[in-house]
Amino acid sequence: MTDMKTPLAKVRGLGSAKDGTHHWWLQRVTAIANIPLVIFMVISFVGNVGKSHAEWVAWLKQPFASVLVILFIANFVYHMRLGLQVLVEDYVHDHGTKIASMLVLTFTCVLIAALSIFSVLRIAFGG
Amino acid sequence: MAQVKRPLSPHLQVYRWGWHMAASIFHRVTGSALAVGSILLTWWFVAMATGHEYFNTVQGYAGTIIGRVVLFGMTLALMQHLLSGIRHLFMDMGKLYGLKVNTSTARLTFFGAVILTLVIWYAAYKVMGAI
Repeated sequence: MTDMKTPLAKVRGLGSAKDGTHHWWLQRVTAIANIPLVIFMVISFVGNVGKSHAEWVAWLKQPFASVLVILFIANFVYHMRLGLQVLVEDYVHDHGTKIASMLVLTFTCVLIAALSIFSVLRIAFGG
Repeated sequence: MAQVKRPLSPHLQVYRWGWHMAASIFHRVTGSALAVGSILLTWWFVAMATGHEYFNTVQGYAGTIIGRVVLFGMTLALMQHLLSGIRHLFMDMGKLYGLKVNTSTARLTFFGAVILTLVIWYAAYKVMGAI
């Protein structure tokens, strides 16, 4: 052990995990971004409920709607990924299972985001 | 190597339930429920991009009693998670730690979530012309 750093200096140097409080901070950043985005989504759902496919498509094609929906998807999936990571860390104790769970979690989140965003883009750019 | 049986510190079951405790646990529960909901939301986006026939099929599922119960539950979970999340943001700033204010705001997340959910569903039925 030639490390002469004090605990404070280590934390400032992002600690042993190398990303310090980054996870905690991003959880809050995405949480704050989620507040207006969720309000937008709820108002949009209530405003368009019961509408036909053509009407929903026409609504989603609007630039503001497309972009805000995509931002909502990207932001909530990131927030969800961070939150579920904490659940895995808290409740899955076996090291191998933990790594496997984290991989499944990450891949599922990416799949959810990709499918949703692709669908919105297809509608937005579709004829 | 044999595990040493060490005494465990008291866990959930020994504490009397309080609103703050419920708010904390329900933040996780509702977050997990919403993760399941995200799969349903993805299905709905994919259905919309697939075409009007499949979209109508999925909309039909959502309109059944079970579909409506699930969506009502998701609305409730979303509102609870939202209010509880806002409460957490204040706690991150070092506020709301007083015993009384901590309990009252925890209770508020539950009652607020129920009220907001009812308002949203009332508005939705109003938009649909069902009431």
